[in-house]
Amino acid sequence: MFVSYQDNGQVVISAGKLRAIKLILTIGIFVSISFAAVSSRLFSVIRFESIIHEFDPWFNFRATKYLVNNSYYDFLNWFDDKTWYPLGRVTGGTLYPGLMVTSSVIHGMLKACGLPIDIRNICVLLAPAFSSLTALAMFLLTMEVTNSSEAIVSRKTKLSSAFLSAIFMGITPGYISRSVAGSYDNEAIAITILMVTFYLWVKSVKLGSVFYSALTSVFYFYMVSAWGGYVFITNLIPLHVFVLLLMGRFDYKIYTSYTTWYILGTLMSMQIPFVGFLPIRSNDHMSSLGVFGLLQLVLLANYFKYTLSPEKYSRLMILFGVLVTALGVAALFTATKLGLIAPWTGRFYSLWDTSYAKIHIPIIASVSEHQPTPWSAFFFDLNFLIWLFPVGVWFCFQELTNEAIFIIIYSVLASYFAGVMVRLMLTLAPVVCVCGAITVGKLFDNYLTFKEFLSEQADESEKPSESKAKSTKTNWVNFISKALVSVSFIFYLFFYVYHCTWVTSNAYSSPSVVLASRNPDGSQLLIDDYREAYYWLRMNTAEDAKVMSWWDYGYQIGGMADRTTFVDNNTWNNTHIATVGKAMSVDERKAEVIMRRLGVDYILVIFGGLIGYSGDDINKFLWMVRISEGIWPEEVNERTYFTDRGEYRVDDGATDAMKNSLMYKLSFYRFGDVFGTNDAMDRVRNQRLSSSYARSIHLDTVEEVFTSENWIVRLYKLKPEDNLGRDLITVGENERKAAGKKSKRLSSKKPNLDVRV
Amino acid sequence: MAKKDKKVAVVAAAPPLAPTKATKSLLAEFSQSISTSYKMYQKDLSENQKLRLIDAFLAFLVALGVLQFIFCVLVGNFPFNAFLGGFCSTVGQFVLTVSLRLQTLDVKGEIFGSITPERALGDYILASLMLHFVLFHFIN
Repeated sequence: MFVSYQDNGQVVISAGKLRAIKLILTIGIFVSISFAAVSSRLFSVIRFESIIHEFDPWFNFRATKYLVNNSYYDFLNWFDDKTWYPLGRVTGGTLYPGLMVTSSVIHGMLKACGLPIDIRNICVLLAPAFSSLTALAMFLLTMEVTNSSEAIVSRKTKLSSAFLSAIFMGITPGYISRSVAGSYDNEAIAITILMVTFYLWVKSVKLGSVFYSALTSVFYFYMVSAWGGYVFITNLIPLHVFVLLLMGRFDYKIYTSYTTWYILGTLMSMQIPFVGFLPIRSNDHMSSLGVFGLLQLVLLANYFKYTLSPEKYSRLMILFGVLVTALGVAALFTATKLGLIAPWTGRFYSLWDTSYAKIHIPIIASVSEHQPTPWSAFFFDLNFLIWLFPVGVWFCFQELTNEAIFIIIYSVLASYFAGVMVRLMLTLAPVVCVCGAITVGKLFDNYLTFKEFLSEQADESEKPSESKAKSTKTNWVNFISKALVSVSFIFYLFFYVYHCTWVTSNAYSSPSVVLASRNPDGSQLLIDDYREAYYWLRMNTAEDAKVMSWWDYGYQIGGMADRTTFVDNNTWNNTHIATVGKAMSVDERKAEVIMRRLGVDYILVIFGGLIGYSGDDINKFLWMVRISEGIWPEEVNERTYFTDRGEYRVDDGATDAMKNSLMYKLSFYRFGDVFGTNDAMDRVRNQRLSSSYARSIHLDTVEEVFTSENWIVRLYKLKPEDNLGRDLITVGENERKAAGKKSKRLSSKKPNLDVRV
Repeated sequence: MAKKDKKVAVVAAAPPLAPTKATKSLLAEFSQSISTSYKMYQKDLSENQKLRLIDAFLAFLVALGVLQFIFCVLVGNFPFNAFLGGFCSTVGQFVLTVSLRLQTLDVKGEIFGSITPERALGDYILASLMLHFVLFHFIN
């Protein structure tokens, strides 16, 4: 239908038809890439249910619900008195509203279309939906990078490189880890916006167009509204411009695109309440301002270059340069000293010195995603792309176009940061996908073409016979080597898909609110203790009850149980967190004072000793100790929680500080009862508590009100003060003494009863 | 352009070294080179009507910006939003106008291949509108 045959055996297709076929193919490939990207993120919904995951997403979800139920202005002025009791939190001014606004806009639009979809489902499915847009943005970025240069990728394979980068990005575990269905976090949309911003930036530098750089700044604004990682763009783009200047690449295009982006982007970013005046105050943003000023000077210098002789020009420039640098550095120093510019933040220092946080800011170090990346994680998250990545960067060096330089800078910076913090693997993944796709594209360009063999075979009959034998031999060697490389890379591609699916389904699809386990017969067992306990809290406690827990669970308690919390994952007030940490790590008598002062009603602890859930509070306990030791070094001392031999023990041999700490008691209270007369076994730490010791753990100031099915969540209530004004601990001790006498009497009677029965 | 001249004047007056022979000749050389550039610029200006218009606007913006800055230093920056908004509007408009200048002067399309002067003007208007919309929102 599309093809017509000519007499000499050639096949002819008209140009119009060819274009139509190409268009259909392109659309088809895109649809399938989107389908792959979305469907590989749905494991969690299919295995579990449509539920919000982990910790931070629960806050985002709660904020989104608030936004949907109230007006936008209410949302910006939202003062949340249900968290950080008794301080409260100015939530509207301390969050990045991009995510919530995006989902509420989608919610509103669907409602207007007559599709009233529950806001929870929109939140759950937002990340997969945006991942397909990310793939599209990656396609455009790769096209833009490879477009201008024949050296990086030839014309023929440009398109396939771009498609490869789109599919790589669509399913790479490094990105999926933050964008599975239910992972309703800022990064879910931020990576998409990041890639669109970079694409527009590269495009605007190439064209020098004010329009495109204005568009870049709009997406930059969206990025600022969505994620704190916008600082990456704020520094990467100036760095790109700076490197171009150093390479003598200055032209008017760079001036127009950068200055337009900077002035519009900065002004727009200051509209976000949380960012405010940071762009002109904080050191993180100074590089972009500096480059902005520098460009003005360079433009001026450029004017002189046209009018003066080269010799005069260079001398003028040297003096000029020295003066400007000296002035700039001096200005930066004085401004920092005078306090006009905020000093560098701790998170920033920890980017350069990986042990900084461990020494100075335990609260940053205590977050697992701020840990340095282990080597295996690179392969785990990026598979074969990680070894194609350097090759792709090398290809970018082949022809240093402005776009290629951008990719090189991006890859250098992102690889460094990905090595420092696990979570920053997310920013590395896109550039790895671009470079990997360039490599594979280039490879297929050279090896996956068998056209010459086909045409030569047709020619062979005309060739003289003596060279024929030789040429067929080399032909065969050629053919086999090409086939080998092609087949092995096709195998790698296949393996990549297989690996990504495996990693996604096994490592990244757990909601962590619901835990999955296996029965001995292999069937799946869902452990739903968290929701069980939070639901209990919601149904059985007063609406204004205040629940104390470690900060990890603050967002979940707020989101699922709808009760007031003291500290949560926002971690804006270190002292408040340290106070809660101190209440957990000191003995009951001191803890009672702190808890009464704070106004605690309930205490929630996570205990995994019974079923072997390792993410429990006893394992996090040392962080509580460390953080409170940072504030009260004379009252809490980390060393006292270790035995003399430096072991972290929870059994009979634990230290006194450990045994007396509130957290320990809350975790192991009545633990012995489960095991009857046998020794109690802590399955996480593999330690055995002797039966008599386990039974002797007692609590006087609090009472147990709820323990979930697998003992993961334990809830206690702080007892009201004694009516007669007695001290609760003394009352408890007296009662225990009396009970001790009684039980002796009882136990002497018991045998008789047994005999009678 | 006024801004540029001002900066150069600072440079020429800057070296605080002892007035040895070398520095003197250096100074002379600088003043000479600056005057050549200035003459050349004057020539450009007299030839091109568009250029005169744009540069007059740029000079106005610089004057406005400097004025606001002096006012801020003298009187204080109490409504900081307002000062910043006013100051940024001059800076922003300045860089946008310089961009327009660069793009319109490039008639032959040597640098900005695809961008015609008409397109440049359209982009300029769009970006200026965006700038002032944001500023309007920012000033409160």
